[in-house]
Amino acid sequence: MDDHTLIRARGLTRRYGPTVAVDGLDLTLRKGEILGLLGPNGAGKSTTMKMLTGCLAPSAGSVQIRGQDPFARPEAAKRHLGYMPEVPPVYPELTVDEYLRFAARLHGVPRGDRAEALARAKTACGLDDMGRRLIGNLSKGYQQRTGLAQAIIHNPDVIVLDEPTVGLDPIQIREIRALVTDLGREHSVLLSSHILPEIQAVCDRVMIIAGGRVVYADSMAEAMRASFSSVIIGLREPPPENELLALADVGRVERIDAQHFRLHCRTDSSARDAWAAAAARHDWGLFELRPELRTLEDIFVELTTGETGAASPEREEAA
Amino acid sequence: MIATTLSIAGNEARRIFTSPLAWTVLGVVAAISGYIFVMLLLSLQADPMALSDYMGVSDYISAGVFGFATLLFLLVMPLMTMRLFAEERKTGTITLLLSAPVSTTQIVLGKFLGLTVFMLGLVLILMLMPASLAFSTDLDYGRLAAGVLGMLLMLLAFGAAGLFVSTLTREPTIAAVTGFGLLLMLWLLDVLAYQDVPLAQVFRHLSLIGHYDNLRRGIFDTADIAYYLLFTGTFLWAAVQRLDIERS
Repeated sequence: MDDHTLIRARGLTRRYGPTVAVDGLDLTLRKGEILGLLGPNGAGKSTTMKMLTGCLAPSAGSVQIRGQDPFARPEAAKRHLGYMPEVPPVYPELTVDEYLRFAARLHGVPRGDRAEALARAKTACGLDDMGRRLIGNLSKGYQQRTGLAQAIIHNPDVIVLDEPTVGLDPIQIREIRALVTDLGREHSVLLSSHILPEIQAVCDRVMIIAGGRVVYADSMAEAMRASFSSVIIGLREPPPENELLALADVGRVERIDAQHFRLHCRTDSSARDAWAAAAARHDWGLFELRPELRTLEDIFVELTTGETGAASPEREEAA
Repeated sequence: MIATTLSIAGNEARRIFTSPLAWTVLGVVAAISGYIFVMLLLSLQADPMALSDYMGVSDYISAGVFGFATLLFLLVMPLMTMRLFAEERKTGTITLLLSAPVSTTQIVLGKFLGLTVFMLGLVLILMLMPASLAFSTDLDYGRLAAGVLGMLLMLLAFGAAGLFVSTLTREPTIAAVTGFGLLLMLWLLDVLAYQDVPLAQVFRHLSLIGHYDNLRRGIFDTADIAYYLLFTGTFLWAAVQRLDIERS
């Protein structure tokens, strides 16, 4: 294991009775990256995070935080970890300062550094004027920030945030996102969300989870690249389908109606200019040539609604 | 690490004393035990010869006030212990402790120590009543000290049992009712000891109340002390086990 891997999970599985919430999940969080866990509600994001942070033991598989097992050696492993669960773990009867001071002691911040750590965390989360307020009297947004401040007060290497923007208004959401981006400069952040734009806005890398499994994992740059694997072609005088199939780079032809076809490309380089030339040469009457772009949203919807693999033949029959 | 355990204890004590529940409980205990205390004094005034059955005023007062206190503790302690884990689990704040670099043992001991601060408050209130007689009469401080020690040990036992029950559920009310039931059952074992049943002597030794009677009468027996400490330790250990199982 190299120095740059902060969290490493292998074959993580969690069963609740007969229900498998997380099923053989592999995850690696490296130094200095913001990794987004994306998935619909009930996909296993929160369960995964609970296991990664040592709050819930996996039924099978292993977790290591900087090479330490959080269950065998909680003190060593969790020292480098800041975790904000879905519901901020704040005590309503304490003031923000009292609460954060306790969080600092709990995470082993040395006595002399506590005042500075407290001030830094409060500034980072926009809580400067809230120190003496009772947490129970704060709005949901400020409670969320207090929970966030708790997760960063000991300046951990790894920050795990479970749906940090749920229940906030749009302005607060923007502020929290800006904060997460800031944190990502010095810390590694693992962030979960079921909101796509959120992941797109802040993450370097994205993992899509559905049914407790990782169904997609790639860098954000790759996921955001508008790749396409099929093209809609519209021809007034269409030739037989096998002539279309003979075109360069066409893997499969799907008839949509009398004049429209979907051409599945073998590579996404696409030989659109060659197809246009062929259409002109044979007088097919080309009037439309449109790539079907695949955005992260399409990937997400496709992967999480189970319309791939086994389901696709039925769809073709229906069409 | 002791420092972390003390941090958890300090935080727990702070949270207990910022809740109105703690002050209400202390207030009610003070009012009721004060009422009993005054009643005892009034009946002593009316019939001073009643003292002949007791070894002096200290015995009379401690037998009455301290004896009644156990009943009060039985009623109020489940209310104080129910929140320790059940409420934290319900509100999700337990995650703060579980994700922190602390062991389960530190969490349990810390919370129990925090609760002990409150229990010391209870004992202090009850101590003040016989102590107020020190201005007007001679007190048998050794006997009173044994009674106070007995109360404290019994509270520790009640607290540990309640803490354990609190780890079993996420509903504070269920933790309170179950805790009350458990304590009452352990108390009532004493009744079995006087019945003609097999193992009557065993029940006598297991009962929470029997061991207190000795201390209240000023008899300092190592066996009684050991009973309460073992009782407390066992339930704290069980709570640690329970939390470890829950994580895994």
